[in-house]
Amino acid sequence: MIRVENLSVTFAAGTPLAKRALDGVDLSVAPGEFVSLIGSNGAGKSTLLSAIAGDITASTGRVIIDGEDVTRQSTARRSRKVARVFQDPLAGSCGQLTIEENLAIAAARGAPRGLRHALTHQRRALFRERVGSLGLGLEARLHDRMALLSGGQRQALALLMATFSRSGVLLLDEHTAALDPGMAEFVIDLTRRTVSEHKLTTLMVTHSMRQALDLGTRTIMLHEGKVVLDVKGSERSGLGVDDLVKMFRRVRGQTLDDDALLIG
Amino acid sequence: MFGAVELGLIYAFVGLAVFLAFRVLDFPDLTVDGSFPLGAAVCAVLIIAGANPWLATLAGMAAAACAGLVTAFLNVRFKILHLLASILTMIALFSVNLRIMGRPNIALLTEQTILTPFYGLGLRDYLVRPVFLAALVIVVVVGLGLFLATDFGLAMRATGANPRMARAQGIATDRYIYVGMGLSNALVGLAGALFAQTNGFADVTAGVGTIVVGLAAVIVGETILRFRGLWWALIGCVLGSILYRIAIQLALSSGSLGLQPSDLNLATAVLVALALVLPRLRKGGMTA
Repeated sequence: MIRVENLSVTFAAGTPLAKRALDGVDLSVAPGEFVSLIGSNGAGKSTLLSAIAGDITASTGRVIIDGEDVTRQSTARRSRKVARVFQDPLAGSCGQLTIEENLAIAAARGAPRGLRHALTHQRRALFRERVGSLGLGLEARLHDRMALLSGGQRQALALLMATFSRSGVLLLDEHTAALDPGMAEFVIDLTRRTVSEHKLTTLMVTHSMRQALDLGTRTIMLHEGKVVLDVKGSERSGLGVDDLVKMFRRVRGQTLDDDALLIG
Repeated sequence: MFGAVELGLIYAFVGLAVFLAFRVLDFPDLTVDGSFPLGAAVCAVLIIAGANPWLATLAGMAAAACAGLVTAFLNVRFKILHLLASILTMIALFSVNLRIMGRPNIALLTEQTILTPFYGLGLRDYLVRPVFLAALVIVVVVGLGLFLATDFGLAMRATGANPRMARAQGIATDRYIYVGMGLSNALVGLAGALFAQTNGFADVTAGVGTIVVGLAAVIVGETILRFRGLWWALIGCVLGSILYRIAIQLALSSGSLGLQPSDLNLATAVLVALALVLPRLRKGGMTA
């Protein structure tokens, strides 16, 4: 479903500040697979997600989604195949538009946007039903501006919007990191339901080792732009948070040693 | 007073245009200072040449829309800061307008205008212009309101409100900036063409301060009608434009303030500044 071939991304290339965020990453994600991505800050997790979504263009290598080479396609074009939920709850919707207007924008994804009224009876009925299924009582507030909602409510709606127009690929960028624990749990639960219900191929960046192992079918650890761990199946189910933390320390320890050598 | 209302109705189109650029697209566009006289110039030259006044008005709008597209192009394609891109277009338009007109001023007093057929239909002459303009304003407000509620219109609003989200939802934001900027300046061109026809002349300097007058309309409208949705925001632009003209006329005509017509720009700037500051003062304190 998603294939990443020898993908490298360098920021500020050709300057003394050049930073290689992704370094020849090869990755193949099968349809319906749910991958949790972990790694320390600057490991390249978000960059990988952005390179798949189209916000960042690859320096070298290719991104193939659903059999189509999308390496040179814009974010807007890729959105027919890729839906995304950002870390910042404010980033996924327009605060000054109403809930139903935001939903309508998502519902039109992947289709030509014409001069028909966006809020048809049909769409409104669909929105009421789908928003109702969240169980947050928001179906009665479809006329409210998005800015009036809490971060968690907005994130839940962003997840719902991601499932409209069946993109096939779902990218989650630490989408619970900015939420309070209760709401984070709700969104995690919703994520699980959404992914299995719509059979989405999912890549989720997380800082929580617990979340990385609890959710999904495969876990990948990135370090300095490279894949350093890739487990699934029985190998993964045998892993505990402690094991992950140990591996995490080990790859980080290596760089510490390297740095020490450099300084020494 | 009819004069103030009439002028307010003409500049209501500028208010709506500024709303579209500043509020919907979040694109501070100063092109309007050039596209207002551009609309007037193109319309006047064509009318003098014997063209149908309606076609001349449409041509004025189209020319102004092109000016908006130039600004959008400079910004989208070459990443020139929107404000600077629009200033460049505005400055260039001063020369362009002089070229189009061939002289700084064209009189239209004896020519046929889009208003000519409406005189002598039973309405008193001094009412013809405001009524005609009001009808046109209503048509444009309804059209804009319906447009911004379509899939296309929502995409345009998302482009201004949250471009990152818009792109993630498959909206090619560049395209909507072009369309929005074209539309916005077309409305300004319409105002220019109407101004030329109702006042009987086109002048290259008629555009100075257009942007501030448009902003004044938007801000006065927002101050009297807060957060009530899109339709009220559009109506606010129209009411704001009319109220602004009435306020200015009262200020200039009441001898007690000692103002003279040349103080208009200063008075406008003070009014806009006040409208911007008042809500903040009302919230209690200037700390924010």
